[in-house]
Amino acid sequence: MTAATFTGGQASTEQGAAQARKKRRGSRPMRAFLHCFLIVTCVVWIAPVLYALYTSLRPYADTAVHGYVSVGGHYNLSNYTTAWNEADLPLYFKNSAIITIPALLITLWLASMAAFVVARHSFKLNLLMLMIFTAGNLLPQQAIITPLYKLYITIPLPASLSDSGHLDDSFLGLILIHVAFQTGFCVFVLSNFMRTVPVEITEAARVDGASEWRQYWQVVLPLCRPALAALATLEFTWIYNDFFWATVLMQTGSNRPITAALNNLTGQFFTDNNLISAASMIVALPTLVVFFALQRQFVSGLTLGANKG
Amino acid sequence: MSAIPLSPHRRRKRLMRYTKRDRTALTLMAGVPLLLSIAFVWLPALATVALSFFNWTGIGGFSDMKAAGFENYRIIFTIYPQFPPAIEHNLLWLGVFFFIPAPFGLFLAVQLNKQIRASRIYQSILFLPVVLSLALVGFMTELVFSPTQGLVNNLTGHAGQNNLIDWLGNPRLNIWAVLIMACWRQTGYVMILFLAGLKSVDPSLQEAASLDGANEWQAFRHVVWPALRPINIVVVVVTVIESLRAFDIVYIINQGTNGLQLLSTLITANIIGETSRIGFGSALATILLVISLAFVLPYVYTTFRKDNRS
Repeated sequence: MTAATFTGGQASTEQGAAQARKKRRGSRPMRAFLHCFLIVTCVVWIAPVLYALYTSLRPYADTAVHGYVSVGGHYNLSNYTTAWNEADLPLYFKNSAIITIPALLITLWLASMAAFVVARHSFKLNLLMLMIFTAGNLLPQQAIITPLYKLYITIPLPASLSDSGHLDDSFLGLILIHVAFQTGFCVFVLSNFMRTVPVEITEAARVDGASEWRQYWQVVLPLCRPALAALATLEFTWIYNDFFWATVLMQTGSNRPITAALNNLTGQFFTDNNLISAASMIVALPTLVVFFALQRQFVSGLTLGANKG
Repeated sequence: MSAIPLSPHRRRKRLMRYTKRDRTALTLMAGVPLLLSIAFVWLPALATVALSFFNWTGIGGFSDMKAAGFENYRIIFTIYPQFPPAIEHNLLWLGVFFFIPAPFGLFLAVQLNKQIRASRIYQSILFLPVVLSLALVGFMTELVFSPTQGLVNNLTGHAGQNNLIDWLGNPRLNIWAVLIMACWRQTGYVMILFLAGLKSVDPSLQEAASLDGANEWQAFRHVVWPALRPINIVVVVVTVIESLRAFDIVYIINQGTNGLQLLSTLITANIIGETSRIGFGSALATILLVISLAFVLPYVYTTFRKDNRS
């Protein structure tokens, strides 16, 4: 049986369609059962996060007495202030900002330029370029880290840019690898998006004497705002969440972005799970903002990439 | 000025007439990102393969490199004790990702795509772990599966000294604790991808199917599933890539030792560990590279070839 046999009968009166919709939604007990199932699943799903949140609000002494899965004792934010002050979290947040913001902006800028060339022109090399960008983004980071690490500890940098005098241990080094790695995905998404911009628009600009750069900067790029917003949200989350590059290429603890720094801190300062929970919640905060305020952008960034796949 | 539809011939002729400035601009616009990608991704990828045939300790310069032929690979496949468990765990990871988050994510997406109440709230909750970093999921794993302080042991009454389950320390158990939390995140990811795919399936097709007497399963099997083909391919690629990239959670827990070895952690241990063995680490990385390219290249090739034709 194929889809065609089903669509063959076109007897969809208004009433019939309503009936079909009802059938698709299921009968009343079926729907109740579905809701029960979804509620149980969601409770299981959110349990780890709620457990971390709940634990973070209780002093270690109380959980030691009452146990971790218990009610009672004090509830306050003391774990948060301890984690914030003793673990130097402001410093690591600053490191994350120094890495994430430039990396994000440069990635979007470079990717949109490459996407413009690939999507708005028909050069012979376009297809190969798209393949290089996309496939590069899909490689596991660990497959290329060994020579990259060697490269980083060899390329010299002035002392003002790097504590080690080389590309490793420098903010610039981390920004570069994020840009090189993430550009691939963004070129893929943006070139698909730019292809939906009608040819006539740039044709008209060209006839009016606009250079290629002006067509890109003043005509095509402003039309890509929705895609850029979606990608910015997605890429912010990915770069902020990076653990691997920072762990390997940033060996000096005090230069690490916060996602990677937390790992050192658990060994150095934290001895109790309550404090780790509080620190985790603080580290998760920017991504939780994305979750609550920018979820639509995040999801559309993911699906812009997938739908055309 | 209105755009006059041009014949293909004239258009091609016009495209040839770039000014010198335009040509420079276009070259730079595509060239700089391409150069970065080649210099920081593809050259290291090639160098990985080349270095795998040498012995090279991390501290020395190029003069310390010694040709080793296939020696590194021989050691890996015969006497390196960490390699069999690492491959086993990567395959297990792949298998679990393929058989649990992928179908379950699809199932959830299909249910949430029905016009039920509170669908958005369910979606958001299931999607929450996707925005969290994998490193944070690692900390969550420690919280949830900690032997005495964890949620699981306390809920099931295994937190006492006499019947303690050491989820993270027992090398036969810890990979499963990690996989449970990895699936926790992956399921939401897959669900979102499938939901987007389902939105593009014409609902009138499903209605027509059910008018013709197809039950829910038949309508799914014969109408929805074929329409999801492009998304299925994306999900397979995401599943494979995420399983090969797996690193953060196990590294947080014990740096990928004692039951949690993965190819990725072995590679890392060979460059930033106490004994930096560049050649040996590269051989391991080459194995990982070959496995991932075997999936990535056909995917990218078919995607863009199809794209080009349309």
